[in-house]
Amino acid sequence: MSTVTNTTSDWKLPSPRKVGILTLILAESALFTIFVVAYVFYIGKSLNPPYPHQVLEFPWLGSIALFGSSGTIIAAERCLRSGNSKSFLIWWGLTLALGIYFVFFTATEWWKLIMVDGLTIATNTFGTSFYSLVGLHLFHVLVGLVLLSAVFVAAARKKIHADHHEHVEVISYYWHFVDCIWIVVLTVVYIISVRATYE
Amino acid sequence: MSQDIIIEDNYRLPPPEKVGREPGSFTSVIQGLVFTVDHKKLGLMYIASGLLFFVIAGSLATLMRIQLMVPDNTFLPPDVYNRAFTMHGTTMVFLVGMPIIFGFANYLVPLMIGARDMAFPRMYAFGFWVFFFSGLLLYFSYLGAPGIYGAGSAPDVGWFAYSPLTSKAFSRGHSTDYWTMSLLLGGIGSVSTSINILVTIFCCRCKGMTLGKMPLFVWLNLVMVFLVILALPCLSACQIMLSLDRYLGGTFFDTQAGGSAVLWQHFFWIFGHPEVYVLIMPAFAIASEVIPVFSRKPIFGYPVMVAASISIAFLSLGVWAHHMLTIGMSALGNTFFVISTLLVAIPTGIKIFNWLGTMYGGKLRMELPMLFCIMFLFQFLVAGLTGVMLAIAPFNWQLSDSYFVVAHFHYILIGGLLFTIFAGIYYWYPKAFGRMLDKRLGMAHLVFFTIGFHVTFLPQHFLGFLGMPRRIYTYQADRGWDLWNFVSTVGVVFQAIGILFLVANLIYSYVRGKKAGNDPWDAWTLEWATTSPPQDYNFAELPEVKSRRPLWDAKHPNDPDWKHE
Repeated sequence: MSTVTNTTSDWKLPSPRKVGILTLILAESALFTIFVVAYVFYIGKSLNPPYPHQVLEFPWLGSIALFGSSGTIIAAERCLRSGNSKSFLIWWGLTLALGIYFVFFTATEWWKLIMVDGLTIATNTFGTSFYSLVGLHLFHVLVGLVLLSAVFVAAARKKIHADHHEHVEVISYYWHFVDCIWIVVLTVVYIISVRATYE
Repeated sequence: MSQDIIIEDNYRLPPPEKVGREPGSFTSVIQGLVFTVDHKKLGLMYIASGLLFFVIAGSLATLMRIQLMVPDNTFLPPDVYNRAFTMHGTTMVFLVGMPIIFGFANYLVPLMIGARDMAFPRMYAFGFWVFFFSGLLLYFSYLGAPGIYGAGSAPDVGWFAYSPLTSKAFSRGHSTDYWTMSLLLGGIGSVSTSINILVTIFCCRCKGMTLGKMPLFVWLNLVMVFLVILALPCLSACQIMLSLDRYLGGTFFDTQAGGSAVLWQHFFWIFGHPEVYVLIMPAFAIASEVIPVFSRKPIFGYPVMVAASISIAFLSLGVWAHHMLTIGMSALGNTFFVISTLLVAIPTGIKIFNWLGTMYGGKLRMELPMLFCIMFLFQFLVAGLTGVMLAIAPFNWQLSDSYFVVAHFHYILIGGLLFTIFAGIYYWYPKAFGRMLDKRLGMAHLVFFTIGFHVTFLPQHFLGFLGMPRRIYTYQADRGWDLWNFVSTVGVVFQAIGILFLVANLIYSYVRGKKAGNDPWDAWTLEWATTSPPQDYNFAELPEVKSRRPLWDAKHPNDPDWKHE
């Protein structure tokens, strides 16, 4: 068998980090699929109020913040790639702030649902499937915020350079995924299920 | 990132000092096991802990067979019997099957693709330890589950834990919670290990090893981990929902509050059926390596084998409700799942014909790995045929939840998976430990275990036809089930003797076995190119491959494979 030195360049394979995060996203998609199916299955099946059309309001501000953060993270990434670490820090901080705002927005929404409308996870099947689906998404946002803050702190201490570009890109893949899931949640929860009729 | 940087990443010298401990002392051995990130060591730890849990779950099965040996037996009380079959099933699937196949995949995939390590070695150690502690958590339920109310013990809801058995009303104490948390943890471990294997296969292949030149073992494990990544999160979702129901008052599976018990069945089997193929793919993988080497022919129909495996994986995602034909689906639903299930028989049949095609006209060497694989072919055929029978809806209505089903899936999991795992152990033990397994002890193992297996499980087909339901702790004498139950229990004795021969062989050959050398079987894949056992870094110089059988090329420079492929 012939042997080869490690420096030949005509043998290229994909980056482990990127394949790894894409595979993780695939697994997470399977997890979300089950919760989305459960939510769809229980639309119109709650035995007692409150029903979605009575209590849910379309979360404009939260959604705009979350979708906007996907744009700012792309801008941050571009800045890092071109070696501009100062504007990277600004864009990245903005992403973090938008993410935190989304959590704050959801918290106020849940406060209203629980305290004013009396909808908890144990109230009816709508409550169970709503809080578990939106809560699972919120949990992923929180994990994303931990990752974003870790990079933010490191960048503020000038530890992030252009050659960390791929590490940062992996986090942005995850963040975009969290955004994509929100599109599905918005459609299913805030558009489809509020149109369901209950007896 | 280019390949050379990955190699630099993964190339690690052994630690210069074992942190001040005497090498070989007890503490340094434990330290080595806990701190290791070496894929070979962790692979063996996976297999060893799988075998340990195999002995435990096998003992539970033995207790159940003793209880059923004669009618109206009082050896096990009904509640203990319920715990025994739940723990047996859960353990065999999640703590025996999964870790052993991950062990084989992790030990062999980097060696076969000419890599020095997994893509993420530390994540691999994480996956192993999470699995291991999930197993301990499951068994701790015997002590921890009673809780302060003294209700409950080990889980007793069956391995698929149908709702509403798992609701607070019917499952008091914490037994179901131990089951839930253990499977949730185990799922995290399995998914992280699977991601690791998948990334390793895509990103760490040595120069020249295109996807089309990978050994079939690697291909089939790729399909296997892909299924794990798609299926296991569904199980995790089930466990999260069940916990919400039990602890926060959720109503997912609470029929009185508008929930649906059937939804649990759908969600569980969306995971559960791909899981069956997760367990059988590695069996195919091992057979696809062993059969060509001992037939002295390249595998027959390599691209067809790959295509068949991928189509099995694809079909397996759309057949789950054949486990639920008796719940009263619409005729359309029944028809869909019957047809999709029958379609699985086509690629599976192709595989069997390809293995036979490989053996046909070959110069067969009847060594132990090959003998186990030949037994696998026969037994898997029987299992496949009973599977086709059960896929027919009217037949299924008669025999669902009978001993016929029990016999069917034990022919898959023992006759299919376990026999190829034995073949794999005999085939790769020389690579892992540098010594051959003893042939006479191995023959005794083969003979006793094969006889025991058939004597135990063949009569269970008849018991199913005679109407014996599964999961009953006893039966009356006038049912006509006593003869076959007695025979079935006698078979367990032979199986146990066979396993004893295997354990004796593993220990005896570790000390006294014949030295194996690097390539005792005159094989063709890259793991045989390095030393036995391989060094920490696997290959001193990274290989370069030009065909599917790199070692054949090396041994026959005048007639290499790449001239013909």
